[in-house]
Amino acid sequence: MALLTVSDLSLGYESHAIAEGISFTVNAGDYLCIVGENGSGKTTLMKTLLRLQDPISGSITTGDGLKRSEIGYLPQQTAIQKDFPASVREIVLSGCQGRCGFRPFYSKEEKLLAEKNMERMGVTALADRCYRELSGGQQQRVLLARALCATGKVLLLDEPVSGLDPKVTAEMYSLIAQLNREGLTVIMISHDIAAAVKYASHILHIGAKVFFGTRDEYLGSEAGTNFLTQQKGGGADV
Amino acid sequence: MFEKLALYLQYPFVRYALIVGVLIALCSSLLGVTLVLKRFSFIGDGLSHVAFGAMAIAAVLNLSNDMLLILPITVISAVLLLRTGQHTRIKGDASIAMISVGALAFGYLIMNIFSTSSNISGDVCSTLFGSTSILTLSKTEVWLSAALSVLAVMIFVLFYNKIFAVTFDEDFARASGIKTNAYNLMIAVVIAVIIVLAMNLVGSLLISALVIFPALSAMRIFKSFKSVTICSAVLSVICALLGIIISILAGTPVGSTIVAVDVVAFALCYATGIIAGRAKK
Repeated sequence: MALLTVSDLSLGYESHAIAEGISFTVNAGDYLCIVGENGSGKTTLMKTLLRLQDPISGSITTGDGLKRSEIGYLPQQTAIQKDFPASVREIVLSGCQGRCGFRPFYSKEEKLLAEKNMERMGVTALADRCYRELSGGQQQRVLLARALCATGKVLLLDEPVSGLDPKVTAEMYSLIAQLNREGLTVIMISHDIAAAVKYASHILHIGAKVFFGTRDEYLGSEAGTNFLTQQKGGGADV
Repeated sequence: MFEKLALYLQYPFVRYALIVGVLIALCSSLLGVTLVLKRFSFIGDGLSHVAFGAMAIAAVLNLSNDMLLILPITVISAVLLLRTGQHTRIKGDASIAMISVGALAFGYLIMNIFSTSSNISGDVCSTLFGSTSILTLSKTEVWLSAALSVLAVMIFVLFYNKIFAVTFDEDFARASGIKTNAYNLMIAVVIAVIIVLAMNLVGSLLISALVIFPALSAMRIFKSFKSVTICSAVLSVICALLGIIISILAGTPVGSTIVAVDVVAFALCYATGIIAGRAKK
C-alpha cells in the first residue's frame, strides 16, 4: 500500500478553488517533485497535505502505518524567524515536540535523536550558535535536522533552495538526494524544474492541466516539454 | 538611606508591595519574549485598556474586590481579540485599536458620570498610572495576586517547550501534531491574567512596558531562547525591586519609576549588545 494516496483533490481558500483534480500516490522511497507556475497552488497543496488547512473536496489517505504527525516539514522561512533568539540545539529539539504529547519536557532519547540529526546534517559545531546569525544554507540545514526529528519516513520540503546561492543550492540538493537514498521519502515543492528532472523519481505538475507520473513520463509529456522550454526561454527564476 | 528603608520595611504594606511587585514583574517578563516575537505586543496593549474600562465599572459599582470583575472581562476580551486577529491580520489590528480606545473612552465616561468620589481625575490618574495602588492592596488582593502569579509561572515552566515551538514556527508545530490554537488561547488567557495583575503595579497605561522592556533588553545580549527568558525574568525582577525601593525613598510614583528603571536597563543592554558585537568582530 502507498504511503500517501491523494484522490481528486480540490484546493483553495473557503470555496474558491485554486487547483482541482489532483490525484497522485507516493510510495516509500519515492522522490516526488511538485512543480507549477506561481499561484498554481503548490504551497496550498503542501499545507493541505500537512492538514494545516482542509481541502475543498477529495481525500488524502495515509498507509503503511504512517501517521499524519510523522511527516517532517521544512517550511519556507518566516519573518519572525529572522530575529528570533534561539540556539540551533533548541530549534532542532523542537522537532521532537510532536512525540511529546502532553509530556512537558524532552526525554533523553529525544535529546539523543536531536544530537544525531544535527550530526547527520553537519551542524553539530553550530549547536550553541544563534540561529539568526547563520547563513541561509546553514539555517536550512538546521531546519532539515528539525524536520528529521519529527519523522523517520517522509520529508515535505517547501522551496528548500529559495534564496540560496548556486553552490549552496547544489549542496542542499545533494543532501536531500542522500537522505532519499538512505530511505526517506521526499516530497518537494520547487520552482527549479531543472533540478526536479535531475533528482526526482516522480513529478506532479499542477496548473491548468495536472500531470502526475514518473520523471521519464513527464519528460515525454506535453506539460513537461512546454514547461521546460518555457523556463529555459524565460530565464528561469531559480 | 538604609535606615529609612529599614523603617519603611517594618510596615506590612511595604513588604506586601515588594513581594507582589516582584512576583508580578517575574510573570509579566516570562511571556514578554513570546509576545514580542509573535507580534502580539499590541494585544497586550489593547487588553490593558480593556482592563481600565473594567476597572472603571468596578469602581462605580463599589465592589470590594474589583479583581473579580476585571479578571473575567479581560480574559474574555483576550479570547475574542485572538479570534479576530487570527484570520485577517489587518482587520485584527483595527479591531484591537477599536476595542482598546473604546474601552478607554467608556471607562473615563463611566467614572465621570457615576463616580461618587470627589477626586475623579485623581482616581483616573491612579488607574492609568497605578500611582499608589500597589501600596494599598488588601490582604485578599495580596494573596490573590501571589497565587495568580505563581500559577502563571507554573504554566509557563510546564509548557515552556510547547510555547517555544508554537512561537518559533506555528506551521511546523501544527504539522507535527501540536494543538497550536489551544496554546495560542492559553497564551492569551495567561497574558490577560498578567495584565490584570500588573495593573496594580504600574497602572494600565504602562503595562506593556513591563511586559516588553525586559524581553527586548535580554534579546540585545543573549542568543538562545532559554537564556533570553531567564535574563528577562532576572532583569524584570531587579528593575521592579529597584523601582519600588527608589519610589519609596524618593517619594516618586511607583509605576513610572519602575518603567523608568526598565528603560535605563534597556539602554544599558543595548550598549552592551553593541560593544559585545564589536568585540567579537
